[in-house]
Amino acid sequence: MLLIDCPNCGPRDENEFHYGGQAGIACPTGDMTDERWAEYVFMRDNPKGWFHERWFHVHGCRTWFTVERHTVTHEIRKPR
Amino acid sequence: MTHPDFLWRNPDPKPAYDVVIVGGGGHGLATAYYLARNHGLTNVAVLERGWLAGGNMARNTTIIRSNYLWDESAAIYEHSLKLWEGLSDELDYDLQFSQRGVLNLAHNLGDVREGRRRVNANRLNGVDAEWLDADEVKKFCPIINVSDRARYPVMGATLQRRGGIAKHDHVAWALARQADAYGVDLIQGCQVTGFEITGGRVTAVETSRGRIAAGKVALAAAGHTSVLAERAGIRLPLQSHPLQALVSELLEPVLDCVVMSNAVHVYVSQAHKGELVMGAGIDAYNSYGQRGGVHVIEAQMAAALELFPIFSRVRVLRTWAGIVDVSPDASPIIGPTPVEGLYINAGWGTGGFKATPGSGWVYAHTLAHDRPHSLAEPFALDRFTTGALIDEHGAAAVAH
Repeated sequence: MLLIDCPNCGPRDENEFHYGGQAGIACPTGDMTDERWAEYVFMRDNPKGWFHERWFHVHGCRTWFTVERHTVTHEIRKPR
Repeated sequence: MTHPDFLWRNPDPKPAYDVVIVGGGGHGLATAYYLARNHGLTNVAVLERGWLAGGNMARNTTIIRSNYLWDESAAIYEHSLKLWEGLSDELDYDLQFSQRGVLNLAHNLGDVREGRRRVNANRLNGVDAEWLDADEVKKFCPIINVSDRARYPVMGATLQRRGGIAKHDHVAWALARQADAYGVDLIQGCQVTGFEITGGRVTAVETSRGRIAAGKVALAAAGHTSVLAERAGIRLPLQSHPLQALVSELLEPVLDCVVMSNAVHVYVSQAHKGELVMGAGIDAYNSYGQRGGVHVIEAQMAAALELFPIFSRVRVLRTWAGIVDVSPDASPIIGPTPVEGLYINAGWGTGGFKATPGSGWVYAHTLAHDRPHSLAEPFALDRFTTGALIDEHGAAAVAH
């Protein structure tokens, strides 16, 4: 069970949260192609190491926020 | 005392191979075996970072079935199941393949409708499938609690009688022995650290044991596919997650079929040795850590005990996790990549074991002929651009 630091509520158990995947995926603007749309909808980083990701405090204050988490050690730190 | 004969050699890598397979798990070994058996390609190496079949092949719950909803999935998994039916004889090794029947339980009206639809779809595709109501479920598997007061009442189930389990280690050893006998080099302790790409074509792999030239390179690295692909400059629609499972202490025979419940994310069978083998759903976050949260196991056990009150005093022996590579539509990705000569076979997610021979068969064909096997064609990487997804998330849910 991860201990996740909600910016609003402080450290809480992982099962209060919903996982939101990679952070910083912006909806593309301008001319759209199938390739750009596939990139936006389906392609994601999947690093073995530090990963910027979204969490949703669904059973708490319902805030979405970004953390940086290591995908091997599961250590969490404030995003840099 | 002398050591019994080894099942395969432990060769040093040669400077060059026609085909280099990256990953010595079930799919990599099956691919090597069928490259030799079906296509006469034996100048082949399987490079394994750790030891053979030490990743997900050693961590899965060994369930084999082919009752998938969509035509493309049913075709490839049924091809695999047919291969399983002859594989012990063919490999001259008892794989303990036991077609004891797989139940997929329905706990609500939506499950019932989906299950009946899937039975009909399976039959149209030549896959054996039956619908059982709750009383029939009770007859088929007497220890299931079908009381309508259960937290997860059993309202019926699909049954694939040809489904079952096999002994995962035997599968790996048998494939490795036969591949080795054909002359394939199975090279353990050899990590691929990079790819040599010249003019858009892969020409060699860089490894912890030096450069190895390759006519073609075939990734079969499951949860680590993204890490490897990134080194070749390829971004994939895969996310790696922990998938947990557990075994109980050894019991007398008590459960003679496989029981799966997609709604509550639990699947149970009893291994030949006597332990109950139970699998959970994936942990939500991306991870390469080969461990997951206890609350996932707790939820899975709670559901299992509702279904099987008789297990209430069974003790857990151990839990573990494997790293599964999940694609957006929960279907595999098989075929060429933007780098010429570099192929992927990935995205099997939570259900790769059952596909071991089928996957190896179509991947070997794809490598040998430089074009996808007809069963692999729908599973090409470009489906995420064309939109021709094979969406088995809703059909087979998370538990594969």
